[in-house]
Parts: sequence; C-alpha cells; structure tokens
Amino acid sequence: MTTEAADSTEAAGTIASAAGPGFFQRHGATIEYILIPGAALAGALVVFGIFVAMFGKNPLDLYFYMYYGAFGTWFSWQNTLTRAAPLILTALCTALPAQLGMVIIGGEGALLIGALSATSAALALQGMPPLVVQIAMVIGGVVGGGLWIMLSGALRQYRGVNETISSLLLVYIALAILNHLVEGLMRDPASLNKPSTREIGAANMIGSIPGTDVHWGLVFGLIAAIAAYVLIYHTVFGFAARVTGGNIRAAKIVGLGVSKLILTICFLAGGAAGLAGMVEVAAVQGRTNANLAAGYGFTGILVAFLARQNPLAIIPVAILLGGISASGGLLQRRLGLPDASVLVLQGIIFVFVLASDALYGRIGFLKGKS
Amino acid sequence: MIIGETPPPAGAFGVDAIAMTMRFGDFLALDNVELKVRPGSFHALLGENGAGKSTLVKCIMGYYRATEGDILVGGREQAIANPKDAHALGLGMVYQHFTLVPAMTVAENLVLARDDVPAVVNWPKEMKELEAFLARMPFKVPLGAKVSDISAGERQKCEILKQLYLKRRFLILDEPTSVLTPAEADEVLGMLRDMVVKGELTILMITHKFREVMAFADDVTILRRGKLAGAGKVSELTPDAMARTMIGAEELTVQPLRTGEAGQARLELAKVRALDDAGAIAVHDVSLTVRAGEIVGIAGVSGNGQRQLVEVLAGQREQEGGEIRVAGDSYHASREEMRRHKMSLLPEEPLKNACVGGMSVADNIAFREFDRAPFASGGWWLNRGAFRDDAKRKIRQYKIKTRTPDTPIAALSGGNVQRAVLARELGGNVEVLIAANPCFGLDFAAVAQIHAEIMAARNRGAAVLLVSEDLDELLELSDRLVVMFHGEFVYEARTSQADLTVVGRHMAGH
Repeated sequence: MTTEAADSTEAAGTIASAAGPGFFQRHGATIEYILIPGAALAGALVVFGIFVAMFGKNPLDLYFYMYYGAFGTWFSWQNTLTRAAPLILTALCTALPAQLGMVIIGGEGALLIGALSATSAALALQGMPPLVVQIAMVIGGVVGGGLWIMLSGALRQYRGVNETISSLLLVYIALAILNHLVEGLMRDPASLNKPSTREIGAANMIGSIPGTDVHWGLVFGLIAAIAAYVLIYHTVFGFAARVTGGNIRAAKIVGLGVSKLILTICFLAGGAAGLAGMVEVAAVQGRTNANLAAGYGFTGILVAFLARQNPLAIIPVAILLGGISASGGLLQRRLGLPDASVLVLQGIIFVFVLASDALYGRIGFLKGKS
Repeated sequence: MIIGETPPPAGAFGVDAIAMTMRFGDFLALDNVELKVRPGSFHALLGENGAGKSTLVKCIMGYYRATEGDILVGGREQAIANPKDAHALGLGMVYQHFTLVPAMTVAENLVLARDDVPAVVNWPKEMKELEAFLARMPFKVPLGAKVSDISAGERQKCEILKQLYLKRRFLILDEPTSVLTPAEADEVLGMLRDMVVKGELTILMITHKFREVMAFADDVTILRRGKLAGAGKVSELTPDAMARTMIGAEELTVQPLRTGEAGQARLELAKVRALDDAGAIAVHDVSLTVRAGEIVGIAGVSGNGQRQLVEVLAGQREQEGGEIRVAGDSYHASREEMRRHKMSLLPEEPLKNACVGGMSVADNIAFREFDRAPFASGGWWLNRGAFRDDAKRKIRQYKIKTRTPDTPIAALSGGNVQRAVLARELGGNVEVLIAANPCFGLDFAAVAQIHAEIMAARNRGAAVLLVSEDLDELLELSDRLVVMFHGEFVYEARTSQADLTVVGRHMAGH
C-alpha cells in the first residue's frame, strides 16, 4: 500500500520535473516538518503502549483514556488549555534563541525568577488599582525572566561559557533564590506547612476568559507566539537573527552586531518564560512558593523541539503536550497507573523527536530534483 | 579482485578505464568516458570544476562503484570494490590536502601508513630500512623531523614517498601543487618525471595548470561536463587548444582594460596584529596602504596569515593590535562603517563565509541592504516584494543560474553562489574591495566574470586588496604585489617589475 503510493508519487515527480517540481517536491520541506514529528509522536505512543502493557494494562484503553482526558469533553479541553498556556511561553524561551543557533534549556529558571519578580511587584504595590498592579506584574515577570536568560547569553558572548550548561545551572540557582526568599525575607508568617509569600490579593488576580475556566494566560501565550513569529519572519530584527543563526561568519562579514542580537533575543526568550511565571502566580497560585517549580520550563523544551523551533507550530504542540499532562489524572483514576507515568511518555517523545532529526532531507519521494 | 591476478611485482603498469558511466540519482557525473594511461607515462587529466575528474579517479580507486564500465589494470580487467583492492593492485593516491599527522615525525608517519604495523615497533630496525629506502629515492626528507616543522614542499614529498614506501607504482595526484610555490612544484614534479622516465612509475595527475601539463606530461585527457572532450599527446597540443577543449563553446566575460591611475590612500593598515585559533600570532604587525584605483595583491603559500588578516578586515576575527584606517577613519568592521565607506568583501568559500545556506538566493543577495528602504518599510518591516524584484534583476545581470529567487542558496553550484555574493557586494558603488581567493574552485566562466568585475571596480576608483594563493591570478590583476610569509610582508614590488623567481623565493621564506 505505502510502496505503491510512493511509487506513483515518484512517477508523478519525474513527469512533472520537466515543467517544474511536483507537489511533493515543492512542499517537501513543509510536509517533512509535519510528517516527521508526527511519526515520532506515533512511535513514542507505541513504545509507551508497550510500557503500559508490561503493567498488564490494555494499551488501547490507555490511548482512549488519554484522548478522553485531554480532548474528550469541554472540561478536559479547559484543563488542557490551562496547562498549554505556560507551555507556549516556556517553549518560546527555547525556540527564540534557537533562531540564533543557541540551545537554551533554562526556561524553568526564568519562570521562577519571573514569578518571584511579579509577586514582589504586586506586594510592593498593594492598594493600587488592580490594573496598575497587573501591568506591574507583567513588566516584573518579563524583565525578571528576561534578565535571567540574558545572563546566559552574556556569559556565552563575553566569557565563552556554553549557554546550554549555564542556563541549566541557572535553574538551580533560581530555585535556591526562590526557596531562600520564600522561607526567609518574603515568607508569609501564616504559611506554616508550605512556606510561601503573602498572597497578591484576589482583586489583583487576572481571572478567566469569560464563559470558561481557562485563565487569560492562554491569550498571553497566543499573542506572544504570534508576535514571536512575526518578529522572526517579517521584521528586520528577525532577518538579522536568522542570518546570525544560519551562519555567524556571514553575519559578521556584513557587519551585523552579533552581541546585541544575542542579548536581545535572550532577553525576549527569558521574558516569555518569566511571563509564564507571572501567569502562574496571577492566575493560578496567587502567591509564590515551591509549587511553581512544576516542570513547565522543562516541558517547554520538549514543545519547542517538537515544533522544530517554529513559534507558530508551538501553539498546537503545546496544546497537545498540555493534553497529555492533563490526561495524567484520568490514567491514575481509571487505569491505576501512577500519575507520573505521563512523564515517562514525555521522556519517550523527547528521545523519538531528537532521533527523528536524522530523517530530514532523506525521505526519497519528497526530495527536490534540482 | 575477483577476476585476474595482481600485476607483476616490479616496474610500471598502465590503467585503462573503458566506457565509464557514473550516475548519482538523476545526475550523470560521467557519461561513457574513456581514459587510457600507458605504462610508464606521465598522464594529465584536465577539466573544469565539476567536469568529472574526481569522480573518474574515485571510481578507479574504488571509492565509488561506477554505474557502468570496466577498469583494466596492467591490461587485466579488475573489479575494484574498495580502496583496499586498489592498494593491493599497486594503485595509490595523493590528495590535494595533506593526510600526515602533524605532531608525529616523518618516519612515524611512514610506518603508520602501513597495513601491518606491529604492536611493538622495532624502531632501530625500521629506521635502518627507511634509510635504505630513502637512499633509493630521488627525494630527501628529514626522517626525524616533526611534520609540523617541515615546509609544504617537504610535506608533499612525504605524501608521495609514503605512496612509494607502500610499493604503489601507479600514482594518482589530485592537484598536487596547489599548496606549493612554483619552484617547489617544479622540483617535485621533475623528480617524479625522472622516475617515470626510468620506468619505475606511472602517474595520472589531476590539474588545471597548463604550465605543468606542458612541462611534465606525456599525454593528456580532457573532460567536459562528464564527457570525454579530447585526448592526445601533449607534444602535439598547445595550451590554447587545451583550454578551448576544456570550456567548449561557452563565451567568457571579457576583462576590461586597466585604466586610470592610483589616487589617494583609501585603506591603511598600521602594525596590524592578529592571532590564529590556537592563540599564536598569525599576523605580525603588518603595515600596508592601498590607494583608490589600485589593486594590491597579497601572495603567499596558504597558512602564512593571509586568512587571519582577511578575517580581521571582514570582522570575523578580533584585531589584537595596530590600527586599520579607511579613508582616514578608524575602522572596526561595523555595519555602519562598512556602509559609510562602501566596503565590499569577496571571501573564499562563499557558502561558508558569506552566505546562509538554508536561506533563499533573494535573501542572501539582500544581506547588505535588508534594513534599508526599499527592503524595509519604516526601518523594521520586511518588504518581501522588494527582495524578489531586486534579486530578479541581479540574477539576470550577474547570470546567476538558479531555478527561482526563492531556492535555498546551498542548492546552487559554487560558481553561482559566488556570483550571488558578487551581485550583493559589487551591485552598488564600491570604494574598498577586499577579495580573498575569490575564484578558488570555480569554473572558467565564473573566474572570467569575477576577474572582469574586480578590474572594473578598480577602474571605477575602488581600492582593491586581493589575497590569493594563485600567483597567476595576482600577476594578471594586481598593480602592486606583496608577499606574505609567516605573518609578515617580506617583499613588495610593482607587478610589472616583479621577478617570478624572487617572488617564489620569498613565498618559500628564503
């Protein structure tokens, strides 16, 4: 069946190549970007199915409950979208530097620092009108997270420190700072079991999109992703970034200011993750504590890679991954699987996605015939 | 090695390739090509880049399996499935770039190349054998010296000796003199020629230097676009006839005449210093002035600091010391300075140095101007239509062969990539042009076009700094010639008064 299809496509390609490339050749790259991650995802689900079967559960039940828990009902959709919101933002923290050829995996750290700065801003402005507090929280989150990742960019540009390692290590520093402040200087004396900061106040919460339980963070994420796409593909700044990311020697020979580009992109990337932290505080937790280190920053890396670092593709992928994590609870209740088993699935997906990188440009019938 | 047997163990033998066809997918790299190398002859294989020379040789050496065709070694048909088979038959190849381990001595490199290196090497015995071997050879190399300490000429001799040491009696040389000075090239080829005359060796040399073909080769085979274009005895041919056979009916751009006199100083280097990647001084306090309407050529064997010097001028490397001034202003390779002084750069290997392979031809052509009208509206929004219009115009003007302006530039041939860079760098007004091996690895048509453009820029009053490893290119284009050796300028002369022997001596550091 598959072979036949491939053969006929190839024949069509040969005939068409006299006049111009066929459909599959012309859109080969685009089709690859959908086909290969799709296949990687399917492969990961199959392996996860085998994993679950070893626990004596029926893999078909698993797939059904995963679908049901993620997208089966309006309730599960809302749960999924709520989880997707921070993922879109933290994925941008990896996808934006990737345009410059940098691998930043420290979105979690920027999220924590963003949350901390947003909370500090809100606590400092208690008594001001809610809109003022909320705007201050957005600025606090973006600037806090932005500076955090910019530190990684600066270390790389001026000190030659690998940005992947430094951004990862900065996560642990961020967590330590958060714990230090939450258990010390900023601790709410009333929080006994779980050391936390004081609440930002119900009036200052950003609330939900009318008619849903999904908070406004989703809209923040969508706007940020679309803005990132426009920035990268339609502006002078994005063009310079793509030149630099594509070949830094070419960027230098035309005199582009590489350092400025790296610092700006890192700031924007960290700003996105910091905004995710602000959203988690202002829409979900209402305060800062260790609960914020829920792994959104790390899952964001997976989202960015699965979306092949394309800011627009991040949106559907974040919803998909949000769905997978949303279904964890249902898997626990219905199949008796541990809640964390969706993390196993995430790990398998990541391995498959990274391995599938080797397939680009090697699928015969999609190759251009130049 | 299934049919036939190993040829007799002594003396030279010939190799014939009959009706060779090699297909890579849809691309026909070799089309029914025939090559006959007589035993005990010096055979030259000529052809432009992409003519199929390397493919043919790789088929003979067993790196590729020809789609069709047979290879006869010493008159017997042989199935050469891999390089090991070729080596066993006594075929050896010397590559354009060195394959010696720089940190080891010459003797160690020779022994290392053997298939049967024992677990514990008995050095006194090996050294005695090597010395006996060297005594029989026309070349002398210092066995105990580290490869990193010997000159390029000596390294090339080592490469050839290595093949002889391994008892290879049919040598394929792939542009063996590209890293040598003219004197070194003559010496090495002359010694090989003597061995061929004595009947000890057969040589097949890939080259594009007619001078070497005329001086050393007995026979020549010429390829053009994967087809056999001609073959014959060198004594019956002229360089002109060979060049015509190589390029076919293609029309070459005519180079404009040198007109006008040099004007004011435009580009000034004062004690410029730069380090190489390992942190050693590569450019040692060099000073130079290039005036408007003048081409200054920098000659030198590759690896004497030219690359680092160009990288400093191109903003790809930090300047360690000294000062660069353009039109009197201090210069630090920023975009604003490059723009103000209308600077253009034509680097070597344009795909690696000046292009983003994954971006389109139109995008690559716009790298210098994308942040200004009409490419950018309001200084920030990209105007895609302007990119395409400008690219279409330049593609036509510079004869860039591409399917569409939106094709990724990596899909283009080397000549067309350099034409695209040429369109970008020389499309506007030029006051300072820095070119580094701009024609390396390109075909005749592209070379003629690039030379014509460089000369035209000079005539319009640009100050041109041309760094090249090709002495012929420098002699043809430059007004003044400077020789760079070990990071310093060691010789300078007006090109019209330069003595080739003296230039060659300075290139070799004597």
